[in-house]
Amino acid sequence: MSARPTMIQNENIIESWRIWRRIVWALLLREILTRYGRHNIGFLWLFVEPMLFTVGVTALWTATKSVHGSSLPIVAFAVTGYSSVLLWRNMPARCVLALDPNLGLLYHRNVRPIDIYLSRLILEASGAGISFVVLVLFFHFVGWLALPEDVLEVIGAWLMLAWMGTAVALLIGALSEFSETVEKLWHPFSYLLFPLSGAAFLVNALPVQAQHIVLLLPMVHGVEMLREGYFGSQMVAHYDFAYMAICNAVFTLLGLAQVRKVSLTLELE
Amino acid sequence: MILLDRINKNYLTRGGPVCVLREICLTVTKGERVGILGRNGAGKSTLIRIVSGSELPTSGTVMREMSVSWPLAFGGAFQGSLTGLDNLRVICRIYGVEPAERIRFVEEFSELGAYLREPVKTYSSGMRARLAFAISMVIDFECFLIDEIVAVGDARFHAKCNHELFVNRGDRAMIIVSHNAAYIREHCSRAAVLLEGELHHAATLDDAFALYEQETAIAA
Repeated sequence: MSARPTMIQNENIIESWRIWRRIVWALLLREILTRYGRHNIGFLWLFVEPMLFTVGVTALWTATKSVHGSSLPIVAFAVTGYSSVLLWRNMPARCVLALDPNLGLLYHRNVRPIDIYLSRLILEASGAGISFVVLVLFFHFVGWLALPEDVLEVIGAWLMLAWMGTAVALLIGALSEFSETVEKLWHPFSYLLFPLSGAAFLVNALPVQAQHIVLLLPMVHGVEMLREGYFGSQMVAHYDFAYMAICNAVFTLLGLAQVRKVSLTLELE
Repeated sequence: MILLDRINKNYLTRGGPVCVLREICLTVTKGERVGILGRNGAGKSTLIRIVSGSELPTSGTVMREMSVSWPLAFGGAFQGSLTGLDNLRVICRIYGVEPAERIRFVEEFSELGAYLREPVKTYSSGMRARLAFAISMVIDFECFLIDEIVAVGDARFHAKCNHELFVNRGDRAMIIVSHNAAYIREHCSRAAVLLEGELHHAATLDDAFALYEQETAIAA
C-alpha cells in the first residue's frame, strides 16, 4: 500500500507533448461547439459576448461620468477595467464544476482533468483577449479612444492578469470538485471583489490608507499596470510587479496541487 | 503485454476509505481473451477503468505495452447537445484519427441514418447504444476492454456487434468483465473471478465457473 501509483508507458516527452496538444485541441473544438453551437453567429459569440459586457459598462460609466472631475480618458478607463475583470472573474467561473459535464470524456485515458480546465481557460482567455483588441480597434476607429502608449506593457499586464485568472481557476475549479460550497461561495465572493478589484477606480484617487488595503489584492496591480501601459502619461500608477508575480506563482502551485489531487482521486460513476 | 502488479484501490466515503480492489495481479498477452467474472459490486468496472487508465489505482503498477481501448459499451458518455457526428469527431480527434474517413463506417454500422446529424439527447437508449458501439469500433486497439456489452440493442444488432468484435477483431487481446458466465464461456480462453475485491485466478475456464457458481450460490 506504500508505493505511489505509477503509469509506465512507452512515451517520451515529445510524444506526450504531441498527445497533449491533440487532446486540448479536441476539447477546445468540442467546447466551442457545445457552448456556441452552429446557429447564428456561432463561435463569434466567443468574443462578442464579453464585448457586449464591456460596451455596456463603458456606456454606463460614460453616461454617469463615473470619473467625474478628472481628465481621464473614460473609454480607455472602462475598456481596460472591464477587460481585466473578464480574466480574473470569468476564468475561475468557467472552471467551477467543469468536470461533471465532461465525465464521459475522462474515460479516455489521455484526457485528464487538467486538459479540461486548460481547454476552457484557453477559450475564455482568447475570448477576453480578442474582445479587448476588437474593442480598442473599434473605439479607435470611431475616434473615442487613442491607441496604447506602451503596447508591450499592455500585453505584459494582460498576460499577468490571464496568468492570475488561470491559476485561480485551477484552484477554485479543483476545490469545487471536493466541496460544492466552493461553487456557492465563489459567485458572491467574486461579485463582492469586483468593486475592490481596481476596475472602477484608480488607486491614486484613494486615501493612502485605503491604497494599502486595496493593493493587497493582486489583480489591482495588474489593472494599474494595464492602465499605465495604456494611458500612463495621464495617471499615476501604483503597482508592484514582483508582488503580483509571487501571488500568481503561489496560486499556480496551490492550483496544480489541487488538480493533481482531483486526478488521483477521480471516480467515474 | 498488459501487466497489473499489486493494484489496490480505495474509495473515500463518508464512513472512511473503502477498499474496492485488493492486491490485484493480472497479465494479459497479445491476442489473449481474459474473462473476469463477478457479481454486481464486486469491483469489475473499477478494475476495467484502472486497466484502461481512466482511473488511477491507490497503489500498485499498471504497465501497458499495447494500445488499450477505453471501457467499451457504456451508453451515456456522449455530450447530449452535440450530434452523433460531432461526438464521433471528438473521439477521432482525441485519438488522432481523421474523422472524414470514419463517418461512413459509423453511418452504416449504427443504422442511424439522418439521426446521426441530430443531437444525441433526442436518441432512444437503443440508438445511443448503437452509436456508442459503432464509435468504439472506429479506433483500432490491440486490446479491447469490454464491460458488460451484452445488452446492446436488439438480437440482430447484438449479433452484428459480436461479429464485428469477435470475428473481425478476433486476433486482438480482450478483457471482458461480466456477471454472465455464458458470455465469458463463449468468448474467453481464460477466466478469473473477482470476489470482494480480490482476483482469484483459475487454472481452467471450468474451475473459474465452478468457483463463481459456488460463490453466487452461497450468496443466494
